Amino acid sequence: MAKILGGITTSHIPAVGKAIQDELHDDPYWKPFFDGYPKIHNWIKENKPDVVINIYNDHGLGFFLDQMPTFAIGAAHEYRNEDEGWGLPSLDPFPGHPELSWHIIESMVADEFDITSCQELAVDHGFVVPMQLFWPGAPHNPDMPRAIPISANTVQHPIPTLKRALDFGKALRKGIESFPEDLKVVVLGTGGLSHQLEGERAGFINKEFDQYCIENIAHNPEELTKITRQELVEKAGAQGTEFLMWMMMRGALGDNVTEITRNYHIPISNTASGTLLLECE
Amino acid sequence: MDQPGFDYHIDIPGTTLFDGKQAMKGYALNKMCYAFNKEENRNAFKADEEAFMEQYGLNNTQKQAVRDRNVLAMIEAGGNIYYLAKLAGIFKLSVQDVGGQQTGMTTEEFQQHLLDQA
Repeated sequence: MAKILGGITTSHIPAVGKAIQDELHDDPYWKPFFDGYPKIHNWIKENKPDVVINIYNDHGLGFFLDQMPTFAIGAAHEYRNEDEGWGLPSLDPFPGHPELSWHIIESMVADEFDITSCQELAVDHGFVVPMQLFWPGAPHNPDMPRAIPISANTVQHPIPTLKRALDFGKALRKGIESFPEDLKVVVLGTGGLSHQLEGERAGFINKEFDQYCIENIAHNPEELTKITRQELVEKAGAQGTEFLMWMMMRGALGDNVTEITRNYHIPISNTASGTLLLECE
Repeated sequence: MDQPGFDYHIDIPGTTLFDGKQAMKGYALNKMCYAFNKEENRNAFKADEEAFMEQYGLNNTQKQAVRDRNVLAMIEAGGNIYYLAKLAGIFKLSVQDVGGQQTGMTTEEFQQHLLDQA
């Protein structure tokens, strides 16, 4: 049977992709950020997951407002990275695992989660940057697992509640664990933490709230479901709603987890960046 | 159009929640910006901004906001920041430039404001 090894969160800021391309790992601005990743690289080397489920939010590449799924699951043989409008070089396609995708979709819809399935899905920085951070050289890293993208809507309100995000993760766990093949799976929750790009409040960051979220997500995620969506915008910033991805990931990890490493740094671009590795017990 | 049954928003100064009301208002502007994912559309816009905006059916308020490169006015006109970021890219504006413009700071002041929150 498939087994979930653990979950990893990271911010997915576009500027990180550029910094990787320019090899700025030891630059004074970037070093405190990139220092959060070697322990994760070691864990990945030791555990060698076969599949990565990458929970992210599309930012206007794979989906537009004409048809905006609340929860979408990739079911493709491969996922193309495409130009998001800035003319940056695209990475080569990421191989998928459509059999596992369809198994998860069947299981989750039976569990009353209404999923949008995607046999083609262009993936943006939200998906690609975390892959580059965890598997340097992605998708050409020799340990690169097959990938399944899951995108949740944080572009257009109404967005899902924090409780729904956590419950989504719990249903996802059932879908993964009931897959008959012996696969090792890692779940990513990408995006966040606090940031706001628009309006007179652009540049808003909230260290206290971020730390409250990081403190509670491992052992007390139910507490975080009390936060309303409007409070999340108020306290995490308009784009800090990406914390929903962390909640979705957390739900997939089961009751008990061990924290292996964490990193938190202000600022990267306009964002408070956060990284966390939780291993399933 | 108001949506009285769903008026659950709280007032967050300096923040426009991109909800159904904004989505209705901004569809043409956002659709144009989404088109900028493709290089051919970016080039077409650069070659003739007015014709491109007309093609996507922007209203006069939206057109003027684009002419003025005024991000706050674009948001007021229903623009969503994720799509507007693609337009900002055409003007070679970074997210810190856009942040500075909206908050009345220079880019350097805005970057310092970010650092000060560490």
